[in-house]
Amino acid sequence: MSTIAAISTAHGIGGIGVIRISGENAAKIADKVFVPFVGEKENCLQNLPGYRAKYGKIIHEKEYIDDAVVLVFKAPNSYTGEDVVEISCHGGLYVTKRVLRAVLEAGADPAEPGEFTKRAFLNGKMDLSQAEAVMDLINAKGKRANQIAFKMREGSSSKKINEIKEKLIDISAGLSVWADYPEDDIPEVDEKTLRESVNKIIFELDNIIKNYDTFKAIKEGVKTAIIGRPNVGKSTLMNLLSDSKKSIVTDIPGTTRDAIEENIMIGDIPVLLVDTAGIRSTEDKVEKIGVEKAKEHMKDAEIVLFMIDASNEFSNDDKELLKVLDKEKTIVLLNKCDINKKVKKEELSTFSGKIVELSALQGSGIEKLKDIIEEFVGLSKFDPSDSVISNERQLLDLKKAKETLHDIIKEIDFGVTLDAITVLFQDVLKFFMEFTGENVSEAVVNRVFSKFCVGK
Amino acid sequence: METEENLTNNYDVCVIGAGHAGIEAALASARLGCKTVIFAINLDSVGNCPCNPSIGGTAKGHLVRELDALGGEMGRTTDECFLQSRMLNLGKGPAVHSLRAQIDRNKYKEIMKHKLELQENLLLKQAEIIDISFEKEENKWILTSKNNIKYKSKCVVLATGTFLEGVVHIGETSYQSGPDGVFPSVLLGESLKKLGMKLKRFKTGTPARVLKSSINFDVLEEQPGDENIVPFSYDTEKIGENKVKCYISWTNDKTKEVILKNIHRSPMYSGKIEGVGPRYCPSIEDKIMRFPDKKRHQLFIEPCGLNTEEMYLQGMSTSLPEEVQIEMYRTIPGLENVKIMRPAYAIEYDIADPQQMNLSLEFKEFPGLFGAGQFNGSSGYEEAAAQGLIAGINAALKVKNKEQLILDRGTSYIGTLIDDLVTKGVNDPYRMMTSRSEYRLVLRQDNADERLTPIGRKIGLINSKRYKKFEENQKLKQEEIKRIKSTVIAPSEELNKVLVSRETSPIKTGVKISDLLKRPQVTYDDLTDFDKTRPEIDKLIFEKVQIEIKYEGYINRQNNQIKELRRLEEKTLPEDINYKEIKGLRLEAVEKLKKISPKNIGQASRISGVSPADISVLIIWLASKKRKGKN
Repeated sequence: MSTIAAISTAHGIGGIGVIRISGENAAKIADKVFVPFVGEKENCLQNLPGYRAKYGKIIHEKEYIDDAVVLVFKAPNSYTGEDVVEISCHGGLYVTKRVLRAVLEAGADPAEPGEFTKRAFLNGKMDLSQAEAVMDLINAKGKRANQIAFKMREGSSSKKINEIKEKLIDISAGLSVWADYPEDDIPEVDEKTLRESVNKIIFELDNIIKNYDTFKAIKEGVKTAIIGRPNVGKSTLMNLLSDSKKSIVTDIPGTTRDAIEENIMIGDIPVLLVDTAGIRSTEDKVEKIGVEKAKEHMKDAEIVLFMIDASNEFSNDDKELLKVLDKEKTIVLLNKCDINKKVKKEELSTFSGKIVELSALQGSGIEKLKDIIEEFVGLSKFDPSDSVISNERQLLDLKKAKETLHDIIKEIDFGVTLDAITVLFQDVLKFFMEFTGENVSEAVVNRVFSKFCVGK
Repeated sequence: METEENLTNNYDVCVIGAGHAGIEAALASARLGCKTVIFAINLDSVGNCPCNPSIGGTAKGHLVRELDALGGEMGRTTDECFLQSRMLNLGKGPAVHSLRAQIDRNKYKEIMKHKLELQENLLLKQAEIIDISFEKEENKWILTSKNNIKYKSKCVVLATGTFLEGVVHIGETSYQSGPDGVFPSVLLGESLKKLGMKLKRFKTGTPARVLKSSINFDVLEEQPGDENIVPFSYDTEKIGENKVKCYISWTNDKTKEVILKNIHRSPMYSGKIEGVGPRYCPSIEDKIMRFPDKKRHQLFIEPCGLNTEEMYLQGMSTSLPEEVQIEMYRTIPGLENVKIMRPAYAIEYDIADPQQMNLSLEFKEFPGLFGAGQFNGSSGYEEAAAQGLIAGINAALKVKNKEQLILDRGTSYIGTLIDDLVTKGVNDPYRMMTSRSEYRLVLRQDNADERLTPIGRKIGLINSKRYKKFEENQKLKQEEIKRIKSTVIAPSEELNKVLVSRETSPIKTGVKISDLLKRPQVTYDDLTDFDKTRPEIDKLIFEKVQIEIKYEGYINRQNNQIKELRRLEEKTLPEDINYKEIKGLRLEAVEKLKKISPKNIGQASRISGVSPADISVLIIWLASKKRKGKN
């Protein structure tokens, strides 16, 4: 059985995200992404007995993503009855997904819907009466997966991927006809053209993979940054919008040092809300990093909520900021309008974008803000119709496909015969066809006969 | 002397049809000790090759080798009567090396017929079976011949080829006929339908046979055979020489003109033929209509035998009227004055939808009835023979109440062929291709014996002499692998000269022979002078070792995939499963599973319309059933 992994906490809920890995290589895989703060670093989780935990950091692509507590369970004493590792990180969809991605790239397969439960059942961790419930669960999720697959087939997302798949079938059909009809009058397969086509596909795949993060934001949440000088009430607004007390609200300026992310729904649109540290010149080292990050978020964000404290004088800092903000994506929020409004709307005449007056503390003006955000997203210039992949699983498949394509180039250069290369192409195609459930050899054989005039 | 048993015509196994499928089925059944009878409509058409006069070719050569390793006859007979032999695809890698031999068609028929006649437990009989029915009391099938003789047997192998309801088309003319002008089988189809068997209509065709002396060979390109001839059969110790040449020519604009002018007279285009034609071997009018941009089409001119002047025009199958055939052929260089001896024709025939069968080739609804060959929707002599052998073996095993032989996709092309037919069904005649096997680097023609001889031995079709030889060769191979993995060749100027000439880097320190052989550019022969301890063993063993060393990574990778496949294939689904009652299965999956009734989870996963989620549900259902059984 393969080792599988998935996020096992509900999305966007709570401050902790758990990634569960199950299967015989669970600890081995976790060791590849986890470095403990204390103790032996090599194979630390593999050497850990069951029911024990380690604290350390998660690394992906050499980058430090998050701190995490990692729990190790040994078969059969775990939820699934297999070796299980659970990585508890700091929650937030983005971080959790990034950790999952690291785990998948370290060798785990993405868990199918209901697969942990299925394994638990197969390993005798559940009684018979639960079996039927498991089947219902799988089926319910299966239906959803089918719907997604159907939508993908309909071209709602990946036209580009389909084009690449078609190219790969063409190449495979060319190799196949070359092998199966050696005496027919068909074009020779030359390694130079083959190498060129493969390199082109690698390039295209690369672009799609790179675009993934950008498009993911559109799909999974419009990234919205709340910026403004310290203590204007950004965290209060964040808490109000997300109905939680995630941002620590005090009246001490500079409380929010790191950006805090929250996934919320505004109408039907998922919004990834980023509460950034207040922007001001600061000597505090940690806070300085926070300010830099806030500027970065401002650049990255699809929507910027620029918050001004209306109960204080309109500061020069704010005036400067207002000038550099992109009015296409900025909404100016005049907060604390319930206290003693000192900043007049007229003072903002240089800004031609949307302005909302509100009180984050009282909750007034929030409805209007929500309306404007919805409008913004509706008008947004993002067109997700091309080169979008829809999930981590597909991303992983594309990455594996790309790796295999690199292998193909390497093997051709090494001088390996093309019969072996055809098998590698078959593997690449498998990654592309997993979603639509097509059969690789059938697709290739059909292409042979539709494209080539062969046979006695 | 006639015994009472003979008079009542009681048999263990009856085989209907003595083509390539029927022959292998009957021989296997008789050799396994079952009293067997094989029927042919005409005893002079036993083992006929009504299309190309050759055996083997890409993927088909693999099938013949596999057949031979299991104890089939096709390979041996081909070795006895071949006229020219070629190993195709040399240079493209060992997975696609494929042996093909031109054969003496009449000799082939003669040898096969004689083998049937000499076979113990077997009777070859000229009879047309027109009715088949089931006798409940005795639990036997009753076959009735046109002469109203009845035959009883526990198992029947249906191998009717293109005879079943055969209709030949040549232009506007069409008539009931089997291949090569033999009588068709006209009543059996009705009888099968009455049983409730689902039949489909397929079409195939063949080019003309022309008179050798009417061909101008001076303008044709010659195609000679290989210098080193490799036999098909592992039994063949001495192989003959090439005796003939084949020739190549090309169609041109004039050919196209003649075809287009007369296209309305082709029954395929006038709508007269309802059967589905093969994509793998289109008629010349099909090629021209479907690929209008192609300037010319290649054809091969092949001799049909040593004692005949008939020549076969490979690539020029057609169902145009005979006078158009002549006009068209005469546009081709070398054929300007050609004389047709047998015109080309298309033939329509009935097949049974193979999805009605188990992986053993037994009909699910009709226990004791097996199907094989073109009757199952395949095309080609080799595909037919492969199924015939498996159907014959399983009929015999059933008579003996033994477990059926099922070869999975990881064992062989034969297993792949049968799994494809039974699981996916057919829309046009099925041709074997190397691209149909996921595991083609493991399923090579050079190692067919390693993969299947032990199975053939276990069944009882491989004699002890051959098995002993096989085991010895296996031992020698293992020793040789061990030797080259532990023997180091020292660097020398001579060796480096060879390495550089092969465009690979010279060595500075001693290197293991196996490591040198891993380089794609280096062969055993390159190292002969430097390899002092090389033993004197069969050349084929070196070839196998070389392939295994060179492709070790790929082979391991595919072996792991096969292991994964077997994990799913081991999860057997009971026959009496009621898919409707399994909670969680989607409706489409229930219907498909009911229709195919897969033998195991692996097969179920290959059915189109059965999703991974459905497979999960099935796995859980199986496990809970098992647990219930235990409690």
